[in-house]
Amino acid sequence: MKTKTMTLNMGPQHPATHGVLRVKLDLDGERVLEAYPVIGYLHTGIEKTAEAKLYHKVVPLTDRMDYLAPMSNNLGYCLAVEKLLDMEIPPKAQWARVCLAELTRINSHLVWVGTHALDIGAMSMALYGFRERENIVHIYELVSGQRMMSSYFRIGGLSKDLPENFNEEVRKVLDILPSRIREYEDLLTNNRIWRNRTIGVGKLSKKEALKSSITGPILRASGVKHDLRKAIPYSSYDKFDFDIPTRTGGDVFSRYEVRVEEMYQSIKIAQQAIDGMPEGDWAANAPGVVSPPKEKVLNEMEALIFHFKIVTEGFHPPKGETYVGIESPKGEIGFYIVSDGSPKPHRMRVRPPSFINLSSLNKLCKGGFLSDVIANIGSVDIVLGEVDR
Amino acid sequence: MLEVAIISVIKVVFVFTALLTACAYMTLIERRVVARFQTRLGPIYTGPNGLLQPVADLVKLLFKEDIIPEHVDKKIYMIAPLAAFIPATLSIVVIPFGSSITIFGREIDLVLSNLNVGVLYVFAVTSIGVYSIILSGWSSNSKYSLLGSIRSSAQMISYEVSMGLAVVSVVLVSGSLNLNQIVAHQANLWHIFSQPVAFIIFLVCGIAETNRAPFDLPEAESELVAGYHTEYSAMKFGMFFVGEYANMVTVSAMAATLFLGGWQGPGDSSGIISMLWFAIKVFLFLFLYLWLRATTPRFRYDQLMSFGWKLLLPLAILNVLVTSAVVLII
Repeated sequence: MKTKTMTLNMGPQHPATHGVLRVKLDLDGERVLEAYPVIGYLHTGIEKTAEAKLYHKVVPLTDRMDYLAPMSNNLGYCLAVEKLLDMEIPPKAQWARVCLAELTRINSHLVWVGTHALDIGAMSMALYGFRERENIVHIYELVSGQRMMSSYFRIGGLSKDLPENFNEEVRKVLDILPSRIREYEDLLTNNRIWRNRTIGVGKLSKKEALKSSITGPILRASGVKHDLRKAIPYSSYDKFDFDIPTRTGGDVFSRYEVRVEEMYQSIKIAQQAIDGMPEGDWAANAPGVVSPPKEKVLNEMEALIFHFKIVTEGFHPPKGETYVGIESPKGEIGFYIVSDGSPKPHRMRVRPPSFINLSSLNKLCKGGFLSDVIANIGSVDIVLGEVDR
Repeated sequence: MLEVAIISVIKVVFVFTALLTACAYMTLIERRVVARFQTRLGPIYTGPNGLLQPVADLVKLLFKEDIIPEHVDKKIYMIAPLAAFIPATLSIVVIPFGSSITIFGREIDLVLSNLNVGVLYVFAVTSIGVYSIILSGWSSNSKYSLLGSIRSSAQMISYEVSMGLAVVSVVLVSGSLNLNQIVAHQANLWHIFSQPVAFIIFLVCGIAETNRAPFDLPEAESELVAGYHTEYSAMKFGMFFVGEYANMVTVSAMAATLFLGGWQGPGDSSGIISMLWFAIKVFLFLFLYLWLRATTPRFRYDQLMSFGWKLLLPLAILNVLVTSAVVLII
C-alpha cells in the first residue's frame, strides 16, 4: 500500500511558535519527517536602518531585536563602537553594565522557562515566570524610565547615573529570586511528566552543535564549556567569580537544567556587582562622543554646544571595521561594524544567536513526534525580532 | 399516573437545570481557582465577584456569528456538536443525587431513573461522545482538527477499557449494576477503602476520558491550536464546551457514587442534607481537575498510550482478578 505524508504548516500564526515563525512539517501520522523553519515574517530591516542613523541613534534599534534582552543588545553594540573609538570605560559604568546584563539574562531566562513550560502544558509556570520578571522590569524602569526598550547603555557608558536606591532595589530582587527559582524546580525538575517530555528529546551531539556554530545554553547543554564571558572577557567580567554550567545530555532537559543553573550564577554575579560597585563617573570623559549631563547642558555654554553637535552631527570614528561578540542570554550576539569615517555606520551586521540556533531545528525535530517540535522550538529559545533583523 | 408524570417532569427539569448551571458555573470556578493558583484574579468585573460571567459568556456565544467554513462536510459538521452535548448530559439520569425527600406526604426518590443496569447505561451513553470527536475532526477537513480527533478517539477508547475494568471490580464487590444499590452497599464502608486501586484507576481514566490536563492533548492549544473543535464557532463551539464540562461533572458524580458512598455523609444524610453531601463530594473531584490543570505539564501521545495500555490496563485486570477471588472465597 502506498502511504502519503501530510504537510502541516505550523505558523506563522500559531500559539507555540513564539511569534511569527512558520515551521513546515512533513508528518507521517504524528512522526515528523522534516521540519523546515520559514522565517522573514517579522522583518524589520534593523541592520539596514542602522546605516541611516548616527551611531548614537542605533542604540534604541538594538533594543528591538531581542526584546527580551534589551540590555545585552545595547551592551554588544556599545562595546563594538567603543572598540572602534578605542575608548576607556570608567569602572562604575562597567560594573553597572555587568549587573544589568546579568539581570537581563535572568529576565530572558524567566520568560523562557515560563513560555517553554506553557508549551509543554504546565500553564501556571508562564504566570510565575512573568511575575518574577516584573521585578526585573521594574529595575529597568528605575534606571532608564522604560520597562522594555530601556536603551540605558550608551556609547561611552550609561545614559545617566544610577539612581540612589539602585543597590537596595536590586538587592531586594536578588533576595527573592533564588527561592522562586527553587519553586520552579520543585514544579518541573523532578516532575515525571516533565522529565518524560524532555529527557532524550531533541538530541544534539557535541559535534553537530559545533558544526552548526550553535552558541549559548544549547551548546553548553551539549557538553561544550564555552562562554564568551570567560573565553574573551569583556566589560570586566574577568573580575567576577562565577561558574559556567554545562551538561552532556544535549537534549531539551539538559538545556532546561543549564538555563536554570545559569540563573543562579547570574544572581551571584549581579550580587558581586552591586556589592563591589565602584565610585566614580558613569560615562567616559570623551567630549564630542559622550553627551554631557543634563544639568551642565542647561547651565553651561560649552556643554550645550557639545550636546547640540552630538545630536545633530554625531561623531566621526576612525575608518576601519570591528567585531565584538558578547554572551547574550541566547548565545553569542556579535556586532560587526564598518566605519568609513562618516558619523553613520557604513554597514552594521549582527550575528544573531537565535537565527543561527534556529538553523538546527530540523536536526532536533527529525524522527520525533509532533509534540516534540513544540518542546524543541521552546528549548532553542528564539526571539523572532532577532531572527528577522 | 398524572401525579407520577408531574413529579418526573419536575425532577427532570430540576436535574438538568442543576447540571447545566453546574457546567456554567464550573467555567467560572475554574477561571477563578486557576487564577488563584497563578497569582491572578480571574474574571471579577461581571456582576458581584464575577458571578455573572457565565451568563455573559453564554450571551456572547449565542450572538456570535455562526461561521460554517466552505470546505467542511456540512451535515456531519452540524451533527457533531450535538453528539458531544447530548450524551454528556444524558448519563446524569441514573446517578442518585440524594436519598429521598417527602413533599406533601409523598416520598420522592432523588434519582431520575432507578435503572437496574445503571453502570452499563452510563458507559453506553458516554461512549457515544467519542463519535462527536471523530465526526467533528473528520468533517472539519482541517489538519489540526484531524490530528486532534485521532488523538482524542484513541485516547478515549483505550482509557475506557481500564475504566470499565475498574468499575467491574466495584460491581463485583457490591453485587449489583444498579447505582442506588451500589450506594446502599457503601453504608458501612466506602468503596474507596475496599477498592483503593480501582479508585485510582477510575480517577486517572476519568480525567483522560474527559480530555483534561494532564491528558488534554487532543486540544493541546500549544500544539494543535484547539484540536477537534478548531473550526467551530459560536454556539456550536459552545456545545463542545458544555459537553466537556458536563462530562467532567458526570465523571465526578460517578466517582462520588461508586467510591465515596454517593449521597451518604458521615453524619445525618436524609432529604436535602444528602443532596448537599453529594454536591460536596462532586465538587471535591471537580476541584481536583482544576488543581491538576494548574500544576502538571502535558503527556505526549505515545507516552499516554503506553501508560494506558501497559500500566493501567494490567493493573485493572489484576485488580479484577484479585477482587473476584476474594469475593468468591468470602
